[in-house]
This record gives sequence, structure tokens and C-alpha cells, in this order.
Amino acid sequence: MASQIVSPLPGTFYRRPAPDQPPFKEVGDTVAKGEVIGLVEVMKSFHEVTSDAEGKIAEFLVENEGPVQAGQPLVSVE
Amino acid sequence: MPIKVVSQGLVTTIQDLGRPGYYHLGIPISGAMDRYAMRCANMLVGNDEGAAGLEAVFIGPELEFTEDAVVAVTGADMAPRIDGEIREPWSSFQVKAGQRLSFDYLKGGARAYIAVSGGIDVPIMLGSRSTYVIGSLGGVDGKPIAPGDALPIGQGAGKAGRSVPERLRRVPGNPAELRVIPGLYWHRIVEESQRSFFEDTWKVAPECDRMGYRFREGSALEFVQREQPFGAGSDPSNITDACYPYGSIQVPGGTEPIILHRDAVSGGGYFMLGTVISADMDLIGQMQPHTPTHFVQVDMDTALQARHDRQAMLAQVREALS
Repeated sequence: MASQIVSPLPGTFYRRPAPDQPPFKEVGDTVAKGEVIGLVEVMKSFHEVTSDAEGKIAEFLVENEGPVQAGQPLVSVE
Repeated sequence: MPIKVVSQGLVTTIQDLGRPGYYHLGIPISGAMDRYAMRCANMLVGNDEGAAGLEAVFIGPELEFTEDAVVAVTGADMAPRIDGEIREPWSSFQVKAGQRLSFDYLKGGARAYIAVSGGIDVPIMLGSRSTYVIGSLGGVDGKPIAPGDALPIGQGAGKAGRSVPERLRRVPGNPAELRVIPGLYWHRIVEESQRSFFEDTWKVAPECDRMGYRFREGSALEFVQREQPFGAGSDPSNITDACYPYGSIQVPGGTEPIILHRDAVSGGGYFMLGTVISADMDLIGQMQPHTPTHFVQVDMDTALQARHDRQAMLAQVREALS
């Protein structure tokens, strides 16, 4: 069953914990509930986005450093 | 009596209408970013308009009530729920002891205002209960609310079932429009930049908070050449230190305008090209990152008329809820 992980807040989406580090997750990786899948930067601070789904990551719906709105799907999980 | 904080959302602070009178000493005016919504929330629950409530930005908190209360949520479109059941925004509703208030995802606007009948009764610091986080002033120990906090509530007499008429609920458009009066340093930028500032579509940057709102994607400003005066830095966007008004627009390096808001510093060395009119400051508090924005040039007469119109709108809310 496919589901989506949405951003809880508006800001800028980052797939890596820091510019010189690998992404939290890649397409094909498994993800568990509560795992961090990216960061959203807003108001000069970074907030971890955690998964409320579990399964395999099918697609990232927002590119790294892309703008996101609250409630916008970031990742689809199957 | 108190309300227990279960989760704080992103950053939720206790705010009232602010702490005017100390800005010249470097203590900002603080208070709700959208004071219109804050006033409406208080009126809905039968409070003085200056009672303290909660300002929740982007994500709502979860609160548990230990006593019956009348509550209202205004401002951002972030549906309130009581024990999971949805409640009307911009309306007062009853909450029973033991029930929990939570929120849906943000659908519009940026900041929700939560008023509780009786108001949040934390100590008054320099005339206000508003939280100024950087200065550790007001609120609960000068900090945003946190899980485990118990928020004391005053004696209230609110009624459930009251509602602000829809035409009196104010939200920014998309693109947003902010009216601006050019200021003392307007002459510092060349004519072409004076034009482009008002013609360009700017976008709210993610660096937008209670201190200031930053904007991107418009043309960089070009400065009139001059020999920098004594005390000003070498960058052409620098001036000899001066007072920063609430609402003033500074443009460090000429690239990204910043509108100073409720928790801003009161002085410094950046030129200010103008000031957002007081009637539009509340709208900024409801703007999300990436919101396209136009600055519209107005004169003082227009600004005063707009202020008058806003006061008339508030008077209508008072009448509708009296």
C-alpha cells in the first residue's frame, strides 16, 4: 500500500544532515516510523522530518533545497 | 486551573499586545505578530483585548485543560480539534476539564492565536506578558512554552458559540501586497532601484521570524555613490548608526530587504529605504515562506486612511461580539 510522508511546516527541504554528508535516505531504502527522512529549514533553524509511514521509499516528491508548504507530500512510500 | 502543555508545536509563545515604551532602551515592543487576530481571539472569549494568549507559528501545540474553559482560535487556517473533533475557527467553543486541544496542518496563513477565557496569567514584565525569547523576558521564564509547562489561567466569563463574521477575518492575499512609505534614506538608492523595488515580485525567505521578515528574488539595489560619512561602514548600504522604526525596511548589502517586526532590534547601521504602514504589519505575521509579495508605494494620507479603516474594522468586530 502506498503512502506519503508530508512536511509538517513550510520552509526549505534538505535531504542531507549537512552539505558534506550523504542523504538521510535514498530511493529504494526502507524507512521505519519515527526515522528522519530530511530537514526543513524555517526561521533560521532546522527541523527534522520524521516518517509516519513504514516501507520502501518509492520517490522523493520534492528535490533537495526545494521550497515546501505545510502538508505538502515529500516522499512516497510503498 | 492551569493548562498543561503536552507538545509545543514548532515555537509557541505567550503574547499580548506588546510592551511599548522601552524600544529606545533596546527592548522591543514584542506582542502578537498579528495583533488584529489576537484582539479578535480575546474578544471572542470575553477577555480584554490586551489579555495574554498563545501565538503558534506553522504548527499548533497540544494542550490539556485541567478545568472547563472557553477557547477561541483565530489567525492562520489551522483547524482546532477538541479530543480529535473539529471546531470552528474564529469562534468561541467550550472545552471541558481533561479534554485536549490539538491542531491540523497549516492550510493558510502562518500564525494561529489561541485565547482562553480569563487569559494566561503569567507575571507582567515591564507592562506586558509577551515573551521576548532573545531577552528572556515575559511568558514562562522568558521562553517559548514547553511540554510539562502549566500555564496559569485567570478568572474568565466567556461564552461559547460566538463568531467573528467572515468578512471581518483578515488574511493576506497571494501575491501579498504590503504598502510602504519611502523613508529618510530613500535618496541613497538610484532611480532605477527605486522603481524596481516596487515593480519586482519578491518572495518571503525562510528566514522570517518575530524579529524580521526577509525577502528574496527581487533585483539588487544600486546605491548613489558617496563618500561614506564618519561612523558608517564601508558598504554603501551602511549609514551612521540610527534608530530603526518598527516596520522599517533595511536592505543589508542592497540585496535582501528585511522588514523589522515585533521582536526587532531598535537601532543599527543599515539604511532603511522606507517603512511598511502600520495597517499592514499584521498581514506580515500571516505570511508563509515563499509567498510572492509586492511592495506598493503610498503616501502618508493613504497610510493614515488605512489605519483609520483598520480601526473601523476592529470597531465592527467589537460591535458584532458585544
